[in-house]
Amino acid sequence: MSRLRLYQIMVIAGFILLLEVLCFTGVIDKVTMPPPHIIVRDFISMLLAGRYFGEIGKSLANVLAAFASAYVVGVVVGTVLHSYRTARDILDPLFATYYAIPVFAFYPLFIVMFGLGDGPQVLIGFLLAVVAVIVTMLNGLDRVPLVLKKTAQVSGLNALQTAVRVTLPFCAPYLLTAAKLALAYAFIGVIGSEFIMARSGMGYEISYAYTNFDNATMYPLILLILLLSIAANSLLSHWERVLLARRGQM
Amino acid sequence: MTATEVTLRGVTKVFPANADGRVVHALGPIDAEIKKGEFFAVVGPSGCGKSTLLELIAGLTAPTEGAVEFEGRVIEKNVPEGVGVVFQEDACFPWLNVRENVEFGLRRQNIRAEEKARRAAAVIDMMGLHDFARSYPAQLSGGMRQRVCIARTIVAEPRLILLDEPFGALDQQTRLLMGDEMLRVWRETGATVFLITHALDEAAMLADRIAVMSARPGKVIDLVQTGWPRERDSRIVERENFGAMTSRLWKTLREESLKTMGRAGSGA
Repeated sequence: MSRLRLYQIMVIAGFILLLEVLCFTGVIDKVTMPPPHIIVRDFISMLLAGRYFGEIGKSLANVLAAFASAYVVGVVVGTVLHSYRTARDILDPLFATYYAIPVFAFYPLFIVMFGLGDGPQVLIGFLLAVVAVIVTMLNGLDRVPLVLKKTAQVSGLNALQTAVRVTLPFCAPYLLTAAKLALAYAFIGVIGSEFIMARSGMGYEISYAYTNFDNATMYPLILLILLLSIAANSLLSHWERVLLARRGQM
Repeated sequence: MTATEVTLRGVTKVFPANADGRVVHALGPIDAEIKKGEFFAVVGPSGCGKSTLLELIAGLTAPTEGAVEFEGRVIEKNVPEGVGVVFQEDACFPWLNVRENVEFGLRRQNIRAEEKARRAAAVIDMMGLHDFARSYPAQLSGGMRQRVCIARTIVAEPRLILLDEPFGALDQQTRLLMGDEMLRVWRETGATVFLITHALDEAAMLADRIAVMSARPGKVIDLVQTGWPRERDSRIVERENFGAMTSRLWKTLREESLKTMGRAGSGA
């Protein structure tokens, strides 16, 4: 284990220990937050009992749908847009200011348009994620060296083959960065939407538990979301590190 | 060595108005013939259109006027089959290892995977990269990466190899050794080689004929026959008349280089 990793573990362990001490000494009262070891105990018993599996599965399915659709659309739109300078120049200001738009404010409108099902939640996750993918994709494509495109041309590759064989593989680290961003935004979009108006899903259950002072449900669900997003992000980061190391960029 | 491989007839390249609104007359008109199996070099001052000339012959860009022919056929918009290019910049694909990079050169050829592997292995051996076949470009030196690019080009057995200052980014010793490699490849493959370089000694060492280009718009202002034997290597620089050769090139080129710097006619 590297020294850096050891320090990282020590920081996390130190933070958990601090929370334990604060809870134990009463600085944080039990109504606000139980000690971390109680949260872990409740988390394990929740999983062993199979409680909320339906809610968890529904939220994760919506996150996956938002992530996958945003990723595919973002990669395709980014690739196409990169070929059309004028269209890109027109859209660049929108991309630059996009995250200043409060997408959640449109949630009631989406419910009117798509009903009370999962559609509005997936749409918000999609809308939050897709522009991050497009911008990252454009950023990656801007960095493809001209000499590699010329090499593709000399090798007789057409535009589609050049995209598949040269430009997209070159952009692989950017594609992974885009995936990390898209996943994070999809989580935020879907779980956040469930908080507001949904009648099911992890976000709704957390919100419901919060209003009923049910810490034994709320904190284990928060912990689960944390663990899932960290696990997915770590997996993509590991893959990104392998790619970058192979290219001598780490 | 009599048949003509490449013919340039009144080739001119004018780039349309850029952001400054200036039209750039980069090249020409140029008339030239490169013979089959010849090692032909082009030297010229910076910005005289050497690389543009190579891109015209490669089919990477089209002439504004005139025509470029390869083996008697006019080069249209595409890179003709049988032409390979080695660029100055590092053109290795960083996500592919050495073997995969070399096999990429065979994409145009409809051959079986085993045959691809066999040919790639042979060229990797030829370029002295056997121990690095599974290495990624990031694990190689600049000279080795350039050898991978040369291997990727020659594995396709091109009849015309275009070299765009391929050793420009390398140190002097590596350049001399790479020059030896290139001469060996030229002899063993029997290909015609067209070399763009800014290094007069490199052109004098490698080429059978050297075209000297003027300042922009680039035109051929001198054509020098080196008269070296086909069996040669970098030790040719030790010959008495090697210095005279580079002196002649420099004498022609000096005035053109001064023009590029805006100081034409100065000095002794």
